Amino acid sequence: MSDDTEDQIVEIETLPLDAWHRKKGARMVPFAGYHMPIQYEGIVTEHGWTRSQAGLFDVSHMGQLMVTGETAAEELEKLLPGAIASLKPGKVRYSLLIDEEGGILDDLMVTNATPWIDGDEEAGTEGHWGEPAYYLVVNGATKWDDIAHLREHLDDAVTLTHMDEHALVALQGPNAATALNRVMRNVIDDMVFMESVTHDFGEWPLRITRSGYTGEDGFEISVPAEFAESLADRLCAEIEVRPIGLGARDSLRLEAGLPLYGHDITTETDPVSADLGFALTKRRREEGGWMGHEKVMKVLEDGPAQKRVGLAIEGRMPAREGALIYSGDKQVGRITSGGFSPTLERPIAMGYVDTGLAKEGTELEVEVRNKRLPAKVASLPFVPHRYHRGK
Amino acid sequence: MARYFTDEHEWIDVEGDLATVGITDYAQEQLGDIVFVELPDVGTVIDKGKDAAVVESVKAASDVYAPISGEIMETNDALEDDPALVNTSPEENGWFFKMTIGDKSQFEGLMDAAAYKSFCDGL
Repeated sequence: MSDDTEDQIVEIETLPLDAWHRKKGARMVPFAGYHMPIQYEGIVTEHGWTRSQAGLFDVSHMGQLMVTGETAAEELEKLLPGAIASLKPGKVRYSLLIDEEGGILDDLMVTNATPWIDGDEEAGTEGHWGEPAYYLVVNGATKWDDIAHLREHLDDAVTLTHMDEHALVALQGPNAATALNRVMRNVIDDMVFMESVTHDFGEWPLRITRSGYTGEDGFEISVPAEFAESLADRLCAEIEVRPIGLGARDSLRLEAGLPLYGHDITTETDPVSADLGFALTKRRREEGGWMGHEKVMKVLEDGPAQKRVGLAIEGRMPAREGALIYSGDKQVGRITSGGFSPTLERPIAMGYVDTGLAKEGTELEVEVRNKRLPAKVASLPFVPHRYHRGK
Repeated sequence: MARYFTDEHEWIDVEGDLATVGITDYAQEQLGDIVFVELPDVGTVIDKGKDAAVVESVKAASDVYAPISGEIMETNDALEDDPALVNTSPEENGWFFKMTIGDKSQFEGLMDAAAYKSFCDGL
């Protein structure tokens, strides 16, 4: 499967909303094997709109998978370090696929999508939970490798379905809930961050999850491809909603301090160094039984050599991925994501530095085009999250 | 005053022995929101085709090449405070630098406005 990425670069595929984006004036670029909208009006404008109103993102390049079967939770726990078995129906958890060396194969969202089967009053039967089902959303660039990895390691008793006939859109921003509530009355009223429901909106069977990748309150909506344009049109008819490209998605997630797979996390990074220890559930740390457990626990016990940190860079010149980080004459790390923050109007970055230098406020330097720029370790996120966590 | 264009999307205004250089409207449109411009130091002698400046958009850094050989005589300080001038006024107030013109034959092979327009239309 490892050749798939190269095949995709040669053969760029078209996603369900392709024509819709072009009609809306998007500039399309090849990304993760698909034509994707990078921007419509401009990254800074779109970024600001998402922070103040609501942006609609097409993230259909991401992989949507369904794992079903009586033992689905136990099987997933062999590959993920999170507590899947204790995840209640309708709840969502961030997790990781980890390889045998403790490196990160991908990061993903896992939803317990087990359906509730209504009882039949006339027949006198009670309602009950159906066959256990877990809905996974994985990165676009890694989905083929993820599918191969899951197929190889999951027991034959569980079924893996690639929902490639579904589009995925994300509605993000402080007015996302207002707009979505107006379109789909009462569906999301009680939902909090990291909850997921299914909802039939007319003839559109949707899965709506209160989550996203911008740091704002928002929703990800999975929709059968045939209804994707209608859904996008319906949402963009709301005054708060505009289509937003992947350019702004990247600057928003950087401000939110969220790692991007292939950049801030890779098979060369482990969950502890990546500061994703929260994804290692206490029970699972102790019990083990997941791929890479011993290697990850060793890093946890010994302490990581390097840690992922935020960096605030002095001046206006951005430092990009690959820029080296120095403490005096010594190279102590490397930037993995960097750019200009439209919200803060200054350069920000994430990268790995030697653990002893990972403390907030530590003064370092970043090398850009043979110039040393002063930089300080900053707490993440750069822009506060505004997730709707309820009362 | 004559204006020339390169296939790297720079424009060059020639006035006597001095050339003013910037990037075209087409180029700024392609780059998107510009947040920083790194300009060469005054007094630097640059060969044609070598890196002269860097334009940083939100997404990426792009090199700007010297369209001719010469010495940098002046840079546009206004870009320091307002790099977005390159977006709003690319072919006037958003100029990058002025340089000496070593050899006028360097302009041979560069495009005029009409040729540049049809060049961009073909991209």
